[in-house]
Amino acid sequence: MAEAKKGAFMTWIDDRFPFTETMQYHMTKYYAPKNFNFWYYFGVLSMVMLVIQIVTGIFLTMNYKPDGAKAFASVEYIMRDVNFGDILRYMHSTGASFFFIVVYLHMFRALLYGSYQKPRELIWVFGMVIYLCLMAEAFMGYLLPWGQMSYWGAQVIINLFNTIPFIGPALTEWVRGDYIVSDITLNRFFAFHVIALPLVLAALVFLHIVALHHVGSNNPDGIDIKKNKDENGVPKDGIAFHPYYTVKDTFGLSVFLTFFFAVVFFMPEMGGYFLEHANFIPADPLKTPEHIAPVWYFTPFYAMLRAVPPIAGSAFPGVMVMFGAIIVLFFLPWLDRGKVRSIRYRSSMYKVLLGLFVVSFVVLGYYGIQPPSFWGTLLSRICTFYYFAYFALLWWMSGNETTKPLPERVTS
Amino acid sequence: MAEADTGATDQNGPDPKRRRFLTLGVAGVGAVGVAALAAPMLSSFAPSRRAKAAGAPVEVDISKLEAGQMMTVEWRGKPVWLVNRTDEALASLDAVQGELADPGSEMPQQPGYVEMDTRSIKRNLMIMLGVCTHLGCAPTYRPEIAPPDLGADWQGGFFCPCHGSKFDFAGRVYSGVPAPTNLEVPPHAYLSDTLVVIGVDQEAA
Repeated sequence: MAEAKKGAFMTWIDDRFPFTETMQYHMTKYYAPKNFNFWYYFGVLSMVMLVIQIVTGIFLTMNYKPDGAKAFASVEYIMRDVNFGDILRYMHSTGASFFFIVVYLHMFRALLYGSYQKPRELIWVFGMVIYLCLMAEAFMGYLLPWGQMSYWGAQVIINLFNTIPFIGPALTEWVRGDYIVSDITLNRFFAFHVIALPLVLAALVFLHIVALHHVGSNNPDGIDIKKNKDENGVPKDGIAFHPYYTVKDTFGLSVFLTFFFAVVFFMPEMGGYFLEHANFIPADPLKTPEHIAPVWYFTPFYAMLRAVPPIAGSAFPGVMVMFGAIIVLFFLPWLDRGKVRSIRYRSSMYKVLLGLFVVSFVVLGYYGIQPPSFWGTLLSRICTFYYFAYFALLWWMSGNETTKPLPERVTS
Repeated sequence: MAEADTGATDQNGPDPKRRRFLTLGVAGVGAVGVAALAAPMLSSFAPSRRAKAAGAPVEVDISKLEAGQMMTVEWRGKPVWLVNRTDEALASLDAVQGELADPGSEMPQQPGYVEMDTRSIKRNLMIMLGVCTHLGCAPTYRPEIAPPDLGADWQGGFFCPCHGSKFDFAGRVYSGVPAPTNLEVPPHAYLSDTLVVIGVDQEAA
């Protein structure tokens, strides 16, 4: 590959900062497999969502007041009196839901093509920590408008810690900084939401990408493209990230943003799924809303919490099941002993198990939104059971799985 | 090793033992420093002096609370219910015993000075926190017998709309609902026949 002639300016820069070298390593000489499909848009879309959330968030902070007496009114002020304030706020609130949509699809892509398997375990683990941080970020952000659902949602979630034996009550008091969710709680959640967690998220995204670019991207065939290189050491099935994938991703981004802004402009509340109706009433510590449900992206785990009955007078088992459902995902790279990565070459048994896993997750998500009912509880229990059983079954069946032969080169 | 403070022997380069000792020493001192720095930060999370002051006891005049009525006062930001129970309501406490998870109030959800059968100091006047023991929602007062939504067996009591927990007129939880324990009875004391203070124990008043 002939080196483009560098000007005096770039030489000056490169003598002092590894600009060209970094650009080549991560963009123009980062060879990604040429067979990326639809599912490979969601990584870059997640990054775009992070940027949208940070930028709109900065502008919201300029008018928002993290004060129990003023917070609700300051959000309404942004909505009514600040020029384009409603657009900024709706981009941020819709952005939270879209962030989770693309992150869930991005994670599902990893399940489909075994992107968490050796040697990409750390990419998966970093990604899971990002997911955890994102949940904390979304949860704390949801308190800030100080509506009824903000308040009572936070109350319910913080009280989860109350169920921890012995230290529970003291711990919740410490988290809230008060005997109830109050102005003090709001103020500290604001601090976490606008500075602490975004910094952590940015650092984690950096680590996620450094790890990815070190081992190279997986692909829908799940085979290693570095095994087949041409005389220049470039993988035969690889194409430079820039310009090939930057251009392709720009197209994907345009389609995505069309959907995103359609929601922002025309249905930002999404019928109560993105912004719950009860949240347009100011927080009232003495009055619980009729039905408390978290926003949709938490509901699968919330359904698990509700599905587990108290054991020995304690709600702690339900809480453990809920957190366990997230923790178990961290161990996926070691629970899956499969020899091939992509679902294209795995057994039909694997496809059935994964399909049921997705069904369980969606059913749990649905019943987490609904008020408690007999069938809801029963189905939630079955799906919660299967959610965990999946990992055991995966470990058991993947140890001796009949797989299809892998191709030498990627298929188009 | 004539000059010990150079950290090196003359012929063999650095002394690994000495190096390790110094590394561990620096790391140890650093850890103590980090802990010392973390202490004020972690401690600042606890309720502040102002928050503690706001959690002071509350006096309530109950002279105007008629039989069957319920009033709510705020103590430490939590709703405290004062229910003047009717004789029928008191009678229902025995009737529902078999359906309760903890009819004898074995769990420490009330101070020791309340009567165990009614969970109150005065027989008719029930005082408890209106905070569901499941996840902290506020249950609703449902004194009517057998309303359509709660079924023919409903003897009156409290119903939590969040996750469907049921409690009787003494705040005792029914079995088979998400809430694990009876509603909490806060510390309280009677200053006179019509004046009660929430947040202070009976003996101490």
